[in-house]
Amino acid sequence: MGRYALRRLLQLIPVLFGTTFLIYWLVWSLPGNAFAGKCGPRLCEQSYIDEMRDRYNLDDPLIVQYFKYMWDMVRFDFGTTYSGEQVSEVLSTALPITMKLALVAVLIEGVIGITAGVLTGLKRGGFLDNMVLVSTLFLISLPVFVVGFLLQYLFGVKWGIIDPSVSEDPSFSELIIPGLVLASGQMAYISRLTRSSIAENNRADYVRTAVAKGLTRGRVVSVHLLRNSLIPIITFLGAEIGTFMGGAIVTEGIFNIQGVGGVVFDAVRGQEAGTVVPIVTVIVLIYLLANLIVDLLYAVLDPRIRYE
Amino acid sequence: MSDPGAFTNERETEEQQHAPEPFLGEEEAPPSGKQEKARGLWSDAWYDLRRKPLFWVSITLIVIFMLMALFPSLFTSTDPYAFDLSKRTDGPESGHIFGYDLQGRDVYARSVYGAQVSILVGLVAALGVGLVGGAAGIIAGYYGGWIDAVLSRIGDVFFGLPFVLGAIVLLSTFIDPTKSGDPTKIKVVVILAIVVLSWPQFARVMRSSVIATKQSDYVQAARALGAGHTRIMVRHILPNAISPLIVMTTIALGVFVGVEATLSFLGVGLRPPIISWGIAISDAQTYLDIAPHMLLVPAAFLSAAVLGFVMLGEAVREAIDPKLK
Amino acid sequence: MSHAATQAAPKKSAGADYDGHLLEVDDLHVEFRTRDGVAKVINGVSYHVDHGETLAVLGESGSGKSVTAQTIMGILDTPPGFVTGGEIRFKGVDMLKQSKEARRKIRAAGIAMVFQDALSALNPVFTVGFQIGELFRKRLGMSRKEARQRAIELLDLVKIPNPKERVRQYPHEFSGGMRQRVMIAMSLALDPDVLIADEPTTALDVTVQAQIMDLLKEIQQERDMGLILITHDLGVVADVADRIAVMYAGRIVEEADCATCYRKPCHPYTIGLLNSIPRMDLKGQELATIKGLPPSLLHIPTGCTFHPRCPMAQEICRTTEPPLLDLGGRWSRCHFAEDLKNRDQEQSAIYLGDQKGLISE
Repeated sequence: MGRYALRRLLQLIPVLFGTTFLIYWLVWSLPGNAFAGKCGPRLCEQSYIDEMRDRYNLDDPLIVQYFKYMWDMVRFDFGTTYSGEQVSEVLSTALPITMKLALVAVLIEGVIGITAGVLTGLKRGGFLDNMVLVSTLFLISLPVFVVGFLLQYLFGVKWGIIDPSVSEDPSFSELIIPGLVLASGQMAYISRLTRSSIAENNRADYVRTAVAKGLTRGRVVSVHLLRNSLIPIITFLGAEIGTFMGGAIVTEGIFNIQGVGGVVFDAVRGQEAGTVVPIVTVIVLIYLLANLIVDLLYAVLDPRIRYE
Repeated sequence: MSDPGAFTNERETEEQQHAPEPFLGEEEAPPSGKQEKARGLWSDAWYDLRRKPLFWVSITLIVIFMLMALFPSLFTSTDPYAFDLSKRTDGPESGHIFGYDLQGRDVYARSVYGAQVSILVGLVAALGVGLVGGAAGIIAGYYGGWIDAVLSRIGDVFFGLPFVLGAIVLLSTFIDPTKSGDPTKIKVVVILAIVVLSWPQFARVMRSSVIATKQSDYVQAARALGAGHTRIMVRHILPNAISPLIVMTTIALGVFVGVEATLSFLGVGLRPPIISWGIAISDAQTYLDIAPHMLLVPAAFLSAAVLGFVMLGEAVREAIDPKLK
Repeated sequence: MSHAATQAAPKKSAGADYDGHLLEVDDLHVEFRTRDGVAKVINGVSYHVDHGETLAVLGESGSGKSVTAQTIMGILDTPPGFVTGGEIRFKGVDMLKQSKEARRKIRAAGIAMVFQDALSALNPVFTVGFQIGELFRKRLGMSRKEARQRAIELLDLVKIPNPKERVRQYPHEFSGGMRQRVMIAMSLALDPDVLIADEPTTALDVTVQAQIMDLLKEIQQERDMGLILITHDLGVVADVADRIAVMYAGRIVEEADCATCYRKPCHPYTIGLLNSIPRMDLKGQELATIKGLPPSLLHIPTGCTFHPRCPMAQEICRTTEPPLLDLGGRWSRCHFAEDLKNRDQEQSAIYLGDQKGLISE
């Protein structure tokens, strides 16, 4: 177990550097003058440009720039946005909101997806199975922004149940509909995954053994079948939190949620390299850590992995 | 005991009583095996598929959208660029069943013409991802060792970028967001961005499928007979390991149509004068309450197209996955 | 070996006043409804087992021997499997007419089963202690602590070293033979009257096979259980079984005392099976095999189901299905059973030579 964790951790390091370097390189090579918008309609004064070039070490070779930048980040110096705010400030308000949204989405996804998957996996080919199959296919096929606008239109505009855009510091209940939107596609995927996992394990020898032990149907399903079938599902859900951190851009835009997605999007569109890099680095880090934790969780849940 | 087929000793004792029949070989066997000709994976899958309504619905949808992409004039004779500013955001009327958009152009005609670029981007991106991911997966899975480690880590680097985020950065880097740019170049960049960010997932699936196939006896046998690496990979492993990749690519085709629309919607992908469902939806979003048809019609086209490919992929998956039988 | 056990030593008291067989399968019919058609997997199988007795059910794969066992346990997959006729009487009560709940309670406590591949039959994510203890906790309402203690005792009973440590381990941490011992321990937990062992040694090394068979035999005699041993391996059977039932295409084709059956098999299929055991004294000669393949159960041959592969087949075999003929304490489903019984040569004299181990007396 310890060696397994260590190996996964070591594998993470080159990936972390690779991904952040890729981002760094892409962002700093955004077309146009990196500081064009900063000084308003006028061109920036040479002294300012020089100062910024110095600040971001732009005269060094790219790889040196990158490592100097990373070193700053390690010391929690995330720099400032072009409008002068501390990036760490911006992150500390935006990040919790996106995390909240991601959590709500994963919960919705898990509860609905697993329930549908278990029910259909146990009784395949029935009416319920076909109904769930068709509706999951529809959900998978509807792009997030279509679902978003539809739900916003129906709940917010037409029925007036929710406010079409959420408040600046949204509560969990405000995030239910946005969470549902964010979760919609993956929820369908979870239910398909659970269904096939349940259906496959339902014919496993150890389930037959459990029946032969004279256990009740409820016990066979809830202990023997579910434990094995849900291991891959739970770990998938864990990884989803990471995915949602960077994948909530569209949903946040539709419901006007002041999360990380909006900040990054605006920064990319405004070509604010100095803001994009630290935030994306943090998102990637969260994403990779979520995946690592999930891998370790897998090893805890499935004793076979520990002895590889 | 020279005749291994019969119970020779029995014959010695029984010969006088029962003149032994010539042994009944398989050719004389009753028609027990007749209707059970060995079915391969794909013919078996085809048997299943033909009986699935899901399959036929998806095929119908795909054919319709393919025709729409190739010959849009079959579906509408209205010019998608013709505008009548006096009719902007107007609802349906005769001859224009889905109404007009912001510039007073026919929503239906624009939705029909929108199929072309979406299908094109989806198709080329799916093929590209299938090829790149498939090749990386088969090489990593077959050779293993450090080649596998390096390829897997490279894959992880791209996998580490959340898709939408990565796509926004990539596209903003290579397409100046402030200019309209060359449509062909934009399409190419969008396709490349999708491929670059998606191939690791395909490589992973292919890799594990190849590793499973590599263990099988016929591959070991081919190796023992001295077949070269390329031959083993192409002739023995590929045909047996590729089915999950095919399913995934089919589904991806649909998903990428949606991705293209999402990126165009965000304003980082395709942009006017290209006609695209994503752009139409993006234009319509602020008018949702006064002119919902502007958003709903292209959204319906988009969803139906995605549904067609996703459904086909799912139907094939069910048919070839022995675990779900 | 106790052949006397056929007289049903009445050790167990449950249902004590019933004086018939302990477990009796009577004219069982099972079919599998598949998309290619209806496969008649079991076609009128009858057999029985009593306390302290070992019945070996012999046959190739697809002969229906395992399906019969699953039907007895009530763990047949439905669909595709459906029981279409017959009775399964446990202590005189037809189990097929019992409620689901009543049948569930008989599992493990009345009739228990040992499966072929212990690695897949044990749940990989729970310790063996949990899986054995579960029976005590859920079926007998014991506490966790008590259940663990009982699990340790059982592991000790099946001769697993260090039971106190091993009870905390997962199935994949055991060797194949030890895993099968765990499986056996689990089946014994509720002290069943009948134990069904479905190919218990097939997945094991030859040396371990003998140990497991010895263990089964020992426990069976100790506890006076009825044992149904399902196998395709004649070598396994001879030492252990009291009676042998040979199955072919979902039918019993021959049933007899173990020794009688080996000495003078009275069905060409049994003869074929015995012939295909490799023999030291016939080294260098080609091994006799049975030509052809078992019939497809979707298209069972007319007449005698074995006739396409039988070297003795006559016209009558193709048209008329032979009944199970009573040959005086033994039965054979062959038109020429009498002739086979009356032949001079004894199978054992020729085929078994000096392989004493095969004849258990």
